[in-house]
Amino acid sequence: MSSGLYNTHKADFDKTLDLTKLKPYGDTMNDGKVQMSFTLPVKNDDKGTEAARILAKKMGLMEPSVAFNQSLDAEYTFYVVYGSCSHTVDYTEIHVQAVETTTMEMEECNEYIREHIGRKIVIVGASTGTDAHTVGIDAIMNRKGFAGHYGLERYEMIEAYNLGAQVPNEEFVKKAVELNADVLLVSQTVTQKDVHIQNLTELIELLEAEGVRDRFIVICGGARITHELAKELGYDAGFGPQKYADDVASFAVEEMVKRGMGK
Amino acid sequence: MQSKLNLNRELVDKARASAAHIAADTQSFIDVHTTVTVERAVCRLLGIDGVNEMDVPLPNVVVDHMFERGVLAGGAAYYIGNAIAETGKDPQAIAEAVDKGEIDLTKLPAHSISEIRDAIMPVAEATVARIRSNVATRNAYLSEFGDKKGPYLYIIVATGNIYEDIVQAKAGAKQGADIIAVIRTTGQSLLDYVPYGATTEGFGGTYATQENFRLMRAALDEVGKEEKRYIRLCNYCSGLCMPEIAAMGALERLDVMLNDALYGILFRDINPQRTIIDQYFSRVINSFAGVIINTGEDNYLTTADAVEEAHTVLASQFLNEQFAVCAGMPEEQMGLGHAFEISPDVENGFLYELAQAQMAREIFPKAPLKYMPPTKFMTGNIFRGHVQDALFNMVTIMTGQKLHLLGMLTEAIHTPFMSDRALSIENAQYVFRTMQDLGSELVFKDGGIMQTRANEVLTKATDLLGEMEDIGLFGTLERGTFADIKRSRDGGKGLAGVVQKDDCYFNPFIELMKGDK
Repeated sequence: MSSGLYNTHKADFDKTLDLTKLKPYGDTMNDGKVQMSFTLPVKNDDKGTEAARILAKKMGLMEPSVAFNQSLDAEYTFYVVYGSCSHTVDYTEIHVQAVETTTMEMEECNEYIREHIGRKIVIVGASTGTDAHTVGIDAIMNRKGFAGHYGLERYEMIEAYNLGAQVPNEEFVKKAVELNADVLLVSQTVTQKDVHIQNLTELIELLEAEGVRDRFIVICGGARITHELAKELGYDAGFGPQKYADDVASFAVEEMVKRGMGK
Repeated sequence: MQSKLNLNRELVDKARASAAHIAADTQSFIDVHTTVTVERAVCRLLGIDGVNEMDVPLPNVVVDHMFERGVLAGGAAYYIGNAIAETGKDPQAIAEAVDKGEIDLTKLPAHSISEIRDAIMPVAEATVARIRSNVATRNAYLSEFGDKKGPYLYIIVATGNIYEDIVQAKAGAKQGADIIAVIRTTGQSLLDYVPYGATTEGFGGTYATQENFRLMRAALDEVGKEEKRYIRLCNYCSGLCMPEIAAMGALERLDVMLNDALYGILFRDINPQRTIIDQYFSRVINSFAGVIINTGEDNYLTTADAVEEAHTVLASQFLNEQFAVCAGMPEEQMGLGHAFEISPDVENGFLYELAQAQMAREIFPKAPLKYMPPTKFMTGNIFRGHVQDALFNMVTIMTGQKLHLLGMLTEAIHTPFMSDRALSIENAQYVFRTMQDLGSELVFKDGGIMQTRANEVLTKATDLLGEMEDIGLFGTLERGTFADIKRSRDGGKGLAGVVQKDDCYFNPFIELMKGDK
């Protein structure tokens, strides 16, 4: 690969940013440069490399180049491919559903609860269904918290119950009613074959069947969860990566007040 | 091995003595109890296999039959032995007859203990001979191909489909993996039975079944012959069927097993009494079958802080060592666990990791330590992730870790692609090659950061084990000492399956495998 290290091509495209025609940025505005890697179940030869190039073209990459190819097994080859994306996106037309709250720190949040709700609130959390991973729910609830954000167990005005992993939805609902919960947190880590969607849907259906859906603020979270997905499934909010206990707590308490669950 | 850490050996001896005392105290509880899965494992080792029309495994049919009649305290060997003496049938035929309702094990005329033993011991001895021949086969492969000197590269496959797992495992082995672990389907640890036959549907992993074990073993032997290396097979001997999985693994020549009661208690909320009893028999089987066990201390650091709680990992390693000793396990099979989980934001975090890994090496010199890659601070930034894994690889080669779980750059995103695994193996092989003898070239500064760190962790672990001596293992678990998780001795799953042994109880496999009565 000796060519292309120094690009002496004259760029024959408009180099001004146009948000109605947004493209990836490599080192020049609108160059559309994209890097990707994938494996094809064929042997590593010229034909395989050409297949990778054609595939990249079909994905909308102009002038695709296969920078690297390596056998993983006799009939499997790994490719690293670069190209310029021919597609654009109209950025100005995009509307994203995001959780609309300002995040309060732990003490602010406690104060907010004292002032607007006037009692300790009860939050019950679990990793439900067959999901055995506690890492998500622990990051939000455990006293220590995660990445410098204290967990809900540390909040003076929050009574936090972490039920752990593999809690069946039925048991989760039963416990929530028993503890007179205000807020339910559901964590889903395993997302293979969309098992989380099925499980999250089941919980909402169960709450509705029991006639208790409106009693709780119901929030889900996990690496593959977005707020949009959560709303679609009937949740009040969804929190993905880079969200911490304070984000979740702030949303929950403001939502409680909005719903008239305050003083 | 020359010590780099100048560890206080008196503290090491004191910690080990405390752990031995705690283990012995727990062992006196274990010795007088049995569980449903211990007895099902006995059934399996007696040759009972298969499922009935309702898909219930026959070992469950037999043990449920005894449990419902309140005679499990006598043990499966006693009642099956009595049935053999009475009917002349083999254990499988007896199990089938129990299933059909043709035999009630409690209503057969009672034979004398010596008649029962004469009936059952030849069957048990035949199984033990089969396991012994599996060990001989493994040793023959190892002497033919030679065993790997440095760290074993350990990868996981987790497609849910055993046939797809085989494709991935073979590719991984050809790329250089030494151990293939087949991750179990999410939730299997909480099933109180072992599914039957080859399976193609699982979430986040593949069912551990004896047929799946057999299929993967055959595939790895095949690729091992091509590659002229012995490829080790690993599965998960934990959860509610611990000893049964150990029995299946011994029969199908698995080489490595996750096998840690503390892990199940803390992370799967399995009842402490149940699983500590199950662990004992499973470790007896694993010891005899030459299986290297892995313990789960690394997991503590996924919930608790890796800097503040490092001493709980060491304390737990001491305990796991002593529980393994109780089961007759040689140190060479004790894959004590720990992990590279300090936050990348911690200044000198790498020095702490290096010090702690070296500490484990010096305290457990013959143990094939299991070292786990970063997971907690893997963010989806695959590029940084690959660097984190490279640092982790450096610690392994510098401190002689043995079971090296490869870190994946796509950790926290998805179960590994075939290419993730290849990149990961390439990363490890590069680091291991280029730094092969770096560890033996370096000495740590006297009284420096690393020596201080290791001695600090050792001191805290020794203190903790000293406190535990007073309150015992169950009391400690109730306090939330490990992983910040509290577990009560009567809580969790599986307590109903624990029974106190009666006077006629015997387990022929513990006798034969441990060689004591």
